[in-house]
Amino acid sequence: MMNKLLFGRFIPGHSLIHHLDPRNKLLLSFYFIGIIFLANNWPTYLCLFIFTMLAVRLSGIKMSFFIRGVRPLIWLILFTVLLQVFFTRGGTTYWSWGPIVLSQYGIVNGIYIFMRFLLIIFMSTLLTLTTQPLSLADAIEAILKPLRVVRFPVYEVALMLSIALRFVPTLMDETEKIMNAQRARGVDFGEGNLFQQMRAIVPLLIPLFVSSFNRAEDLATAMEARGYRGGEGRSKYRILTWHMSDTWTVIAFALLTGVLVWLRA
Amino acid sequence: MTKIIEVEHLNFRYPLTEGRPALNDVNLTIEQGEWVAIIGHNGSGKSTLAKSLDGLLPLSADSGTIRVAGMKLTEDSVWDIRRQIGMVFQNPDNQFVGATVEDDVAFGLENIGLPRDEMLTRVKNALARVRMTDFADKEPARLSGGQKQRVAIAGIIALQPQIIILDESTSMLDPNGRIEVLNTVQELKEQENLTVLSITHDIDEAANANRIVVLDDGEIKESGTPAEIFQYGERLIELGLDVPYAERLKAALRKRGAAVPTEYLTEEGLVDWLWTSHLKM
Repeated sequence: MMNKLLFGRFIPGHSLIHHLDPRNKLLLSFYFIGIIFLANNWPTYLCLFIFTMLAVRLSGIKMSFFIRGVRPLIWLILFTVLLQVFFTRGGTTYWSWGPIVLSQYGIVNGIYIFMRFLLIIFMSTLLTLTTQPLSLADAIEAILKPLRVVRFPVYEVALMLSIALRFVPTLMDETEKIMNAQRARGVDFGEGNLFQQMRAIVPLLIPLFVSSFNRAEDLATAMEARGYRGGEGRSKYRILTWHMSDTWTVIAFALLTGVLVWLRA
Repeated sequence: MTKIIEVEHLNFRYPLTEGRPALNDVNLTIEQGEWVAIIGHNGSGKSTLAKSLDGLLPLSADSGTIRVAGMKLTEDSVWDIRRQIGMVFQNPDNQFVGATVEDDVAFGLENIGLPRDEMLTRVKNALARVRMTDFADKEPARLSGGQKQRVAIAGIIALQPQIIILDESTSMLDPNGRIEVLNTVQELKEQENLTVLSITHDIDEAANANRIVVLDDGEIKESGTPAEIFQYGERLIELGLDVPYAERLKAALRKRGAAVPTEYLTEEGLVDWLWTSHLKM
């Protein structure tokens, strides 16, 4: 039960980071990815590392959750790092074999790339761990709002997002029920070769699709009965508020940027 | 007494269907403050009637007239009429739009563009009236069926309508949930002088009504007080007011010697029990 409720990876809490405006958090996360490219020597990477660790500390969430965030990407990271290590020339060469070299620059670059991945993953994990999916949807709506000028249906997309999020646990329940029902009829999930496993998904997907369409129809009727006539002219119940702490966070990021520019080689 | 719903010569046929129309020359008048139960078999046209009152079906010019709260139902008036009618549907999950309880109650208010301050007070009041205040920030996955239906009722009350239509709203609930929901509606009806139209198979729900209307094959067959209708005794089952399907199936299984659970099961609960009964995992 708990698993279903905590889908996404949000961990409830009352830290400073949890209470930041989701718009601010989302934009600053993107901004962080941008300024990480300012770093090009040890002091700048150290600076970013300390900043990230401080943010992680402030969230009050255990380090292990962040390390878990790295795991799914570990092969991509290793691949990129090894490419850097073995194909960069410069400085002292320790070893070489045909086109492959192990050089001083290569090793340093490899470590930089690794740090870059690590910091980006930590920051984005921090965002998803401390922000409810629904708040993120609100933030996306707020950020997309200017696109209304070009007739982009911002309200509809936002409502779609929030309905999708709301139905995730419902559909998970249903999937489980259908899986059990199909198991009772002799379907083996997660067994056999890849082809057999894919075939086993079909009797799961078809009932799930059918029931989703039925739900959609019911939901549309219910929404219409409750007076839904499209996004225009609706008022909003959920609002996002900008606090003093948000301003401080922005200032902290500005200072970080300044320090990076000053320290970079 | 003022007439709040007047239906005259209502006909309806679902597009692309042959044979008998879903509704055939239905005439029905409901007074303000009345509780009317509509009973009938599946496919008798009960839900079609309810949906057509709320303008949720494409009615053509020759389908007859519907008047709600003095307004004739037309394409122009349909949104005003929907503000006067709150509908609670059968499946608690498929009418829960908001991500949390308070968001769901606010959904209807957002639709009419109510200012946020007013929304906050109305949402709070509505949740208090259905005793769901403690659940304001909970997701629907954490609620029981009866609680979800009470949230749906709160969403309706917040809009201050004159009519509540219960479209088999209790049929997917367990007995406790059913009682919870019916008591809530009963209370609100007394306080607000609401008109309640309940479409049901449930004998207790029908017994609560001032008047029972029996629908069969899209036509009104009988109409009278519960006492009058209940005189039919055994024929009630023919009229579509019956013991829940799950209970009948259990009785039939027991006759054949199956060890069925004795506690009450919803139709869904029985289905779950059936397919897990020979499953050893």
